[in-house]
Amino acid sequence: MDWISISSFMLYTAFIIYLIATFFFGATIKDKNKEHKKGIAGTIGITLTIIGFLAQMGYFIARWIASGHAPVSNQFEFVTSFGMTMVLAFIIIYFIYRLSILGLFALPVAMLLIAYASMFPTDIAPLVPSLQSHWLYIHVTTVALGIGILGISFVAGLIYLIREVDQSVRNANSIWLEIVIYTLFLFIGYIVITTAFSITDYHAEFEYPSDNNVLTVEYRLPAITGPNEGNLLSEGAMQPWFESPSWVDAKKLNTVIWSFFSGSIIYGLIRLIFRKRFGAVVQPFLKKAKPDLLDEISYRAVAIGFPVFTLGGLIFAAIWAQIAWDRFWGWDPKEVWALVTWFFYAAFLHLRLSRGWHGKKSAWLTVGGFAIIMFNIIAVNLILAGLHSYA
Amino acid sequence: MKKIKCECGHINPEGTVLCEACGKPIEENQHIEGNDKRKLLNMRYDGTARRSLTYNRSIVDKIWSFFSSVKVGIWLIVITLIASAIGTIFPQEMYIPAEAPSRDPAIFYEAEYGIFGKIYYQLGFHNLFSSWWYMILIALIGISLVICSLDRFVPLYKALKKQKAKRHETFLSRQRLFSETKQVSEEEKQKVVEALKKQRYNIQNENGHILAEKGRFSRWGPYVNHIGLIIILLAALLRFTPFLYLDEYVWVREGEEKVIPGTDGEFYIKNKAFTLDTYDIDDVENERFKEAIKKEGEPIAENYESDVVIYQAEKSAVTGAEPELKKIIEDNITVNNPLKFSGFTLYQAGYQLNEFKTMSFNVHEKNDPEEKALGTFTIDLMSPEREYKLDNGFRVKVENYYPDYYLDNGEPRSESKYPRNPAFVLWVYPPGSEERELSFIGIGKNIESQGENKYKIGIEDFEMRDVSGLTVRRDYTLPLFIVGAAIFMIGVIQGMYWYHRRIWIHPKGDGLLLAAHTNKNWFGIKKDIEKVISDTEINMVVDQQELED
Ligand code: HEM
Repeated sequence: MDWISISSFMLYTAFIIYLIATFFFGATIKDKNKEHKKGIAGTIGITLTIIGFLAQMGYFIARWIASGHAPVSNQFEFVTSFGMTMVLAFIIIYFIYRLSILGLFALPVAMLLIAYASMFPTDIAPLVPSLQSHWLYIHVTTVALGIGILGISFVAGLIYLIREVDQSVRNANSIWLEIVIYTLFLFIGYIVITTAFSITDYHAEFEYPSDNNVLTVEYRLPAITGPNEGNLLSEGAMQPWFESPSWVDAKKLNTVIWSFFSGSIIYGLIRLIFRKRFGAVVQPFLKKAKPDLLDEISYRAVAIGFPVFTLGGLIFAAIWAQIAWDRFWGWDPKEVWALVTWFFYAAFLHLRLSRGWHGKKSAWLTVGGFAIIMFNIIAVNLILAGLHSYA
Repeated sequence: MKKIKCECGHINPEGTVLCEACGKPIEENQHIEGNDKRKLLNMRYDGTARRSLTYNRSIVDKIWSFFSSVKVGIWLIVITLIASAIGTIFPQEMYIPAEAPSRDPAIFYEAEYGIFGKIYYQLGFHNLFSSWWYMILIALIGISLVICSLDRFVPLYKALKKQKAKRHETFLSRQRLFSETKQVSEEEKQKVVEALKKQRYNIQNENGHILAEKGRFSRWGPYVNHIGLIIILLAALLRFTPFLYLDEYVWVREGEEKVIPGTDGEFYIKNKAFTLDTYDIDDVENERFKEAIKKEGEPIAENYESDVVIYQAEKSAVTGAEPELKKIIEDNITVNNPLKFSGFTLYQAGYQLNEFKTMSFNVHEKNDPEEKALGTFTIDLMSPEREYKLDNGFRVKVENYYPDYYLDNGEPRSESKYPRNPAFVLWVYPPGSEERELSFIGIGKNIESQGENKYKIGIEDFEMRDVSGLTVRRDYTLPLFIVGAAIFMIGVIQGMYWYHRRIWIHPKGDGLLLAAHTNKNWFGIKKDIEKVISDTEINMVVDQQELED
């Protein structure tokens, strides 16, 4: 086997192990043991998590050897690392607080990230000149670690909310919580639908005019929306239902529409089966987790993650930008959103200094922080491309 | 100033909430920290008198109170955050793509994004980050940082220095972590003290009253990091001075030697060669990138490199005379590898491939199928002459020169002043004659005015060259940014990875009261206490926090 296949194999293995570990963390709910006392299921869960993490390290190293540079240079590689650092952060927090229920949520979120990453092209690509710097690795891995730790604060905050929000009433808290959960389902929908059509190897090629040229674009999902004034070239492929306006990227819009479709269907099925909100289904299983401990963990994760994020996302980023682009700060959208993230968590830390910002409000803020992080990874790339358009 | 004397004998400044020495709540001031409505004491600044909460009479007091409020600070941060986010909806002016039909912001935003683009432009969001109001926001954050830090640091520092091991009972019982044990032997108490010492707590003992403290220095973390931020803001201000910060751009053609802008004519640069390498798929080294390169559809750049020589001009005695140039450095510049000399840094920032350098033409008879040259001449495209005299008596006069020719509604024009697509309108004067003929010639174009010319001009040859775009920087503010960032990092780490923990033991009858406070990580201090009392009968502290949401 060559390095590249070893690396994909390792990543796949890690994914499966995380999945199994999740079930063991799920089993801890039934453990009669008091919390922080180690139950056997929790021990197996964390052991598997560590093995899975090592497998993913194996992926990382093998891919580094295969490509000759640290695998943090495109969307697939970066988001995969994010999933990995989130697992690492979980392992660290687990050994501080010994809270198994955290694994039941942290691992699925990390898996969702890895699966999401795998929908992007996974070919190893050469580095353009500006990326040929050790600061690329230093900057990107530190950022990934920082947001991995901040991600755990979101996970703890989410558990807090599912546990504490009264889901039998209709109010802002319960509706927003359901929106957050629904959003997670959209990611699942995206992954399911992309995987399904990639197994069937669906292709549809369009040509469309742009300025004075005719461009072609290849869809991997059936076109619900086609390019503006586009023309379907492939035979047997589905005709688009409508044309996109000229100022949007039709292929991306099409993917978003599909994700909404399939995510909503999966979500709808689950609601049909349980006849309850998803949060309400999960809530009874969380009774054992103490809310003040969850609150503390989510705050602590920000306290630990904030300096790491500052170092990687602002300081190392600035050093590299100074060397590569002759200015350490350029107000490029990705940079601005790193600043927005930083301001957000600074505001969070200051709010925690005052009374009245613990508990639910604080948990909501960690959800908001994570939303900003994901926005920077997904939307800034899709919509506001800048210098960082590679990742 | 009205001083407040506590029953322990300590004299506190006006506005004190908890006695600096013994911690007893000072009755008339409890509303200041909102303690009157709650069981637990607000311990943020140990109940010290802060100027902002004490005086509120003069305008200065009011301004001081305003800026030292964390609430105001948070609002400033949040407003800046939202403004920054809005600034990314459409590209900033400097990121308007070069290929946009019009790069004039007044046109671009509306043309590209319709009515929203127009509003965006009119509100000034296209230049948000250098707009006056964004600057003011940042400045307000800076002022707020300074004032709030002064407001809290001084009293907190004094209070922590003056604190006594012996604390008032209510102080202990109103801490978040508290327990009372009725019966404790001296031996057990000693055990606890020893265990605390082992965990590296500093112990103060005042007649059996114990204060165990560790990590006090972490309380200074926020003040340290705020100092770092202030230094960064100052550095950003200093950037506006040209001496400390210089930012120029220079295009140098291959073979060209020119003065480096911003150096007062002291330094010259010569571009020996510019190279652009792309990844070669046939190279075995790049085999692994084949798929990615194929998908990209066009070659992927591997390296941009300018080979340059830097000269320093010797001060010449005669003003106006050509300076004498002394070579000081010969090196190459690539992305990620700038060239440094005498405080200046040159960065590989741009390039232009295949610009025309010279073009040579011949004159031949129009109906000569072999196009035998009657005479030739060469035009230097950067500085064409007005007239060329050919060997055999022909003369060619340059009527018009379009370095970067294009047709604008049938009118010939030049897109830029760079010879990327040169075209000429030329007069040809045959030997000894004033019967001139008009010709238009460019790449792939050769038009005669009336169609009855006798002579025709043909392109014989041309030379091309690349152009390197280099940024010239001199930035003396960088060290200040680095110092600021370093101090900031030290401050946050100090404040986030260490914790200020205090445990009080207060003898009462045959037993004792135990209370503890930390500025964060309550889980950790509880573990500490569990450990130190594990061999004793002392009751574990109860978390009295009122979780509110
Ligand atoms: C972007 C700007 C700012 C950043 C990054 C920042 C950062 C920080 C950090 C990391 C802490 C420590 C928090 C903790 O230990 O949990 C802190 C504390 C604090 N900050 Fe800021 N800060 C900023 C602006 C401000 C402003 C404008 C104010 C003014 C009101 C302010 C007032 C405070 C106060 C009062 C503390 C608590 C000090 C203490 O615990 O003794 N900060 N800041």
